[in-house]
Amino acid sequence: MLPAVPLLDCRDTTPTALNTPATPPLIDARHLRLDAALQLLQQAGALLPEAEPYSTAWLQGVIDALCDLSSKDALTGLVNRRSFEMALSREVDRVARSGEPALLLVLDIDHFKAVNDTHGHAAGDQVIQAVARAISDVVRPMDTVARVGGEEFAIILPNCPPSFGLTVAERMREQVAELRLDVSPSQRIGVTISVGGAFAPQWVRSSSLLWMERADRQLYRAKAEGRNRTCLEAQMESLVSAEEKGMLFAATQLMDGE
Amino acid sequence: MSTSATPATTQRPAQSGGARTLAVTSGKGGVGKTFVTANLAAALAARGERVLVLDADLGLANLDVVLNLHPKLTLHDVFTDKATLDQAILPAPGGFSVLLAGSGMVEYSRLTPEVRDRLLSIIDLVKPRFDWVLLDTGAGISDVVLFAVSLATDVMVVATPEPTSLTDAYATIKVLATQQGRRQVGLLVNQASRLGEGRMICGQLQQVLQRFVGQQPGQAFRLDLLGEVRNDATVRQAVLKRQLLIEHYPGSEAAQGIKALANRLLT
Repeated sequence: MLPAVPLLDCRDTTPTALNTPATPPLIDARHLRLDAALQLLQQAGALLPEAEPYSTAWLQGVIDALCDLSSKDALTGLVNRRSFEMALSREVDRVARSGEPALLLVLDIDHFKAVNDTHGHAAGDQVIQAVARAISDVVRPMDTVARVGGEEFAIILPNCPPSFGLTVAERMREQVAELRLDVSPSQRIGVTISVGGAFAPQWVRSSSLLWMERADRQLYRAKAEGRNRTCLEAQMESLVSAEEKGMLFAATQLMDGE
Repeated sequence: MSTSATPATTQRPAQSGGARTLAVTSGKGGVGKTFVTANLAAALAARGERVLVLDADLGLANLDVVLNLHPKLTLHDVFTDKATLDQAILPAPGGFSVLLAGSGMVEYSRLTPEVRDRLLSIIDLVKPRFDWVLLDTGAGISDVVLFAVSLATDVMVVATPEPTSLTDAYATIKVLATQQGRRQVGLLVNQASRLGEGRMICGQLQQVLQRFVGQQPGQAFRLDLLGEVRNDATVRQAVLKRQLLIEHYPGSEAAQGIKALANRLLT
């Protein structure tokens, strides 16, 4: 928790509370060495706070910008691995309480090494950026899209009904498969992805590590089955055909009609 | 502890001497699986049977919650060699014994060869000392659940009349029949709203199973209705107070249903 007492001399004359004597300053913000931090923000193209330099608001702005920077992946602007792991843990806790279905997808660019080897690292970066955009384009604002490794991405989809899981994953895969990238004036290439996914166990205590492992296992399956495909962990729903359901529900209708 | 056992999920252990092993499972969570298991254990114990409930829902179980137990030693301590099996088997209210998983077991809720071997040898060790070993497994069809079920000679699927529970129970039974080669599965209908609802649900499941599962030659499949537990107000009372229904509301319709289930299993 953050201390309630301001630790900085903010040169801010606003009283923190009425009739309270000003807390003696503990740190003068002007004594902090912020050059490296400011340079980093500038280089990353982050907007620097507009407030009066060394005021509380300004310093808060610098810190917020640094937090933002440290949670993002530099190449794609997606959430980075560290931030993704925090989001995943939060989602596991949330699902254990709410019982809402949540889907975790992990995906990997097929034969990415070949792209790098054949067309160079700049082309590789271009592919990663394009894939990141393609995935981000087909998810909802509430979903978390992260770059978790070189050519690996992970997406947390809160409140995703099991029957939509495959549709969402397939939409991503198709969106990527449609990409055509000009990696050089004379070369246009396409890439594919393999997608694995698993739903969070509802209503139960679990760990984000286990969830990730289950999704990873499906990704391996997608790779092993020939790539450019989606494999989701079997859900109860997918084991029962519409015809079987129809027969089963005849029972409930019968009971209601009695 | 022996690690020589090499179990296969498709192969059930031979019915040797010792306890009868019954896996209690469900498709959907929250259908009262653990509640039924604990009360069934008490009902069997009341009939003079030596009963052990093994919390096979590794790390995700709430047997401790249902029984209001705060165990110091658990299956997790046995797995990590911090306790012996004897130390971790605890007396529960209701006159039966429990072996609880403990929350640390979440690391074991994936099926590694180590987890398989450990669980198998634990079952082998407890079987000669009890008449019944009830395996309270997790919900769903994860590999750990399927493995836990494969350890038992008999399996009872708990379902409620709710459509989602029915669908998930059907899916579970289908997987047990097609992937584990089970020829016979028991059904317990919990939260039945009226007398005879269990029979009706079982009949409907049987019809669909016969059409879609029982087709393989030489693979006749049977779903037996083992009982029906009525949804009465005492169940909620007992759950909220974390008491055994059998002990505190022995005259209730739901308790009668549990006792009938015990009778059925003993005959």
